[in-house]
Amino acid sequence: MKTIFYIIQKEFLQVFRNKSMLPIIFVVPIVQLIILVNAATFEMKHIRISVVDLDLSSTSRKLVSKFGGSPFYQVRQTTFSYKAAEDEMKKGQVDMILQVPAGFEKKLICEGQAKVQFVINAINGQTAGLTNAYSTMILLDYNREVVMENTTPAMMAGVKNILTEYSYWYNPKLNYKTYMVPGILVLLVTIIGLLLSGMNIVREKEIGTIEQINVTPIKKIQFIAGKLIPFWIIAMFELAFGLSVGKLLFNIPMEGNLGLIFMSASVYLFVILSFGLLVSTITNTQQQSMLVSFFFMVVFILMSGLFTSIESMPQWAQNLDRLNPVMYFIRIMRMVLLKGSSFADISQHFWSLCIYAVLINSLAIRRYRKVS
Amino acid sequence: MDEPTEDIIIVKDLVKSFGSFTANDHLTFSVKRGEIFGFLGANGAGKTTTIKILCGLSYPTSGELSIAGFDIYTQREKVKRNIGYMSQRFSLYDDLTVYENIRFYGGIYGLAKKEIDTRSKSLMERLGFEASRNKLIRDIPLGWKQKLAFSVAILHNPRIVFLDEPTGGVDPVTRRQFWDMIFEAAHDGITVFVTTHYMDEAEYCDRVSIMVDGRIAAMDTPDNLKQQFGAPSMNEVFIKLARATSPPVPLSQGRGGAGGEAANNTESVKWT
Repeated sequence: MKTIFYIIQKEFLQVFRNKSMLPIIFVVPIVQLIILVNAATFEMKHIRISVVDLDLSSTSRKLVSKFGGSPFYQVRQTTFSYKAAEDEMKKGQVDMILQVPAGFEKKLICEGQAKVQFVINAINGQTAGLTNAYSTMILLDYNREVVMENTTPAMMAGVKNILTEYSYWYNPKLNYKTYMVPGILVLLVTIIGLLLSGMNIVREKEIGTIEQINVTPIKKIQFIAGKLIPFWIIAMFELAFGLSVGKLLFNIPMEGNLGLIFMSASVYLFVILSFGLLVSTITNTQQQSMLVSFFFMVVFILMSGLFTSIESMPQWAQNLDRLNPVMYFIRIMRMVLLKGSSFADISQHFWSLCIYAVLINSLAIRRYRKVS
Repeated sequence: MDEPTEDIIIVKDLVKSFGSFTANDHLTFSVKRGEIFGFLGANGAGKTTTIKILCGLSYPTSGELSIAGFDIYTQREKVKRNIGYMSQRFSLYDDLTVYENIRFYGGIYGLAKKEIDTRSKSLMERLGFEASRNKLIRDIPLGWKQKLAFSVAILHNPRIVFLDEPTGGVDPVTRRQFWDMIFEAAHDGITVFVTTHYMDEAEYCDRVSIMVDGRIAAMDTPDNLKQQFGAPSMNEVFIKLARATSPPVPLSQGRGGAGGEAANNTESVKWT
């Protein structure tokens, strides 16, 4: 036990004597949170549209002003040539063309229906889908007004209307930041934990001190515990720090029990740190270790459900994702913070992490050799 | 204490091969307690390989080894408790202070806090390091670092200390001081196993073995070796041996007798 204490003491001394460490621990998380949370958003604002109104009637103008008046749209161009609008889209100046054909009003009044056209830039499928959804909503809204205007109360009596009312659970204002912050916090502790632990033992290999340690009677388990505990403490602190920043800057909800968060985090960090340790046992230089860690980190993070939905991944990828520790912890964080989930709700993810921790750590201990 | 002539390192038929390359080819030797044993050889002769095996850092391919009375295969941790090691590469932490390094190594050998403090205090007094107690290792001169590394290697009072080219790159004055420390340790009963390729240092050893191409080409006291090879210094002995065993020696052909004589001598040494 005392041996472990001496290693921990030494690691802390070295970490804090390293001048670049403190900024990494305190400044990087804040910067990352502020930039990523504000930048990585799916919210649609300022969809740039080009209006081709060939009808120029009061009805068509009303429709166009519906779009112009919405905070989500910005009319960039008004033209009578569809070709000109298309050119703008090719140049990337507009995201959508709204075309109202000639005779729109007449048709609407005489025949009871008329058509308009949306042309949407779908290079980014997700954005295009959202643009379409927003535009359809505006059109529906407009449709209802038109019906109201052109019918007498007597006629109205016969019309049955089904209205949908939305209620968004767990994130009632559809605040994207609320959704992103917990995920980004996971990213943060993952990066810190994986890189620090991955580079640490390799560094001792590089400078040669590992040999000096290997000739001592120290036990493998003592050495590994002494190496993991400092980074575990730093990463736990990092998480607490990040949560406070998230609360203060973005006022993220904390519906569930924070104890649950830290309990899961303690297991999760054990997984990540052991993973870093495993990497450092199979590499010989800090450079190699960085590359290997980086490779896994990118795969883990892209498949974690942070930016894309796991449910929309193909089945094989979803199966593969069971090996992704980041996925489990992001789910736990979101469930507990946003939904207020209890232990019973997250237990499946939690136990998965526990099994993962045991497996990866025993693998790392097996791989670490005092004798070559 | 046991009788002073007890063999503290016993090596029988040690072989270490890396693929088809044999770094240690059937080494057999023993070192007596309290001896300063010089393990000499040219670069790449296999010295570091042997020392790593003796310290338990590397597995031998075959052979019997007993270190401080313990078997290297089955009692590895007990062996480690009784040895100290100072590697060729620098073994202290650059970003820790002198005292922090001592405390760390003392700590992982399981010394009590009080013990660490008293030993580090007397150690620094002896080395005259008191003023540098809180200096980072990276800020002190190389010679000091080597002396400190040696002191740290014997901080836990091991029975044997292995030194792998401890004086590489150190100035002659510091080297001399370093050897004074070695004598002192030997005087205190610590067996010293030292590799070097400075032949003047070989003269300080009680007994030396000279390794050429993975084999022990000669082993005796420096005086006996000089006599045997008819050489005035260990340097000459070493050159004669190294020439005789590496086959193409155009230089020695011109000198006629000297090369041949050395070769004969080597043969006789090998078989003794």
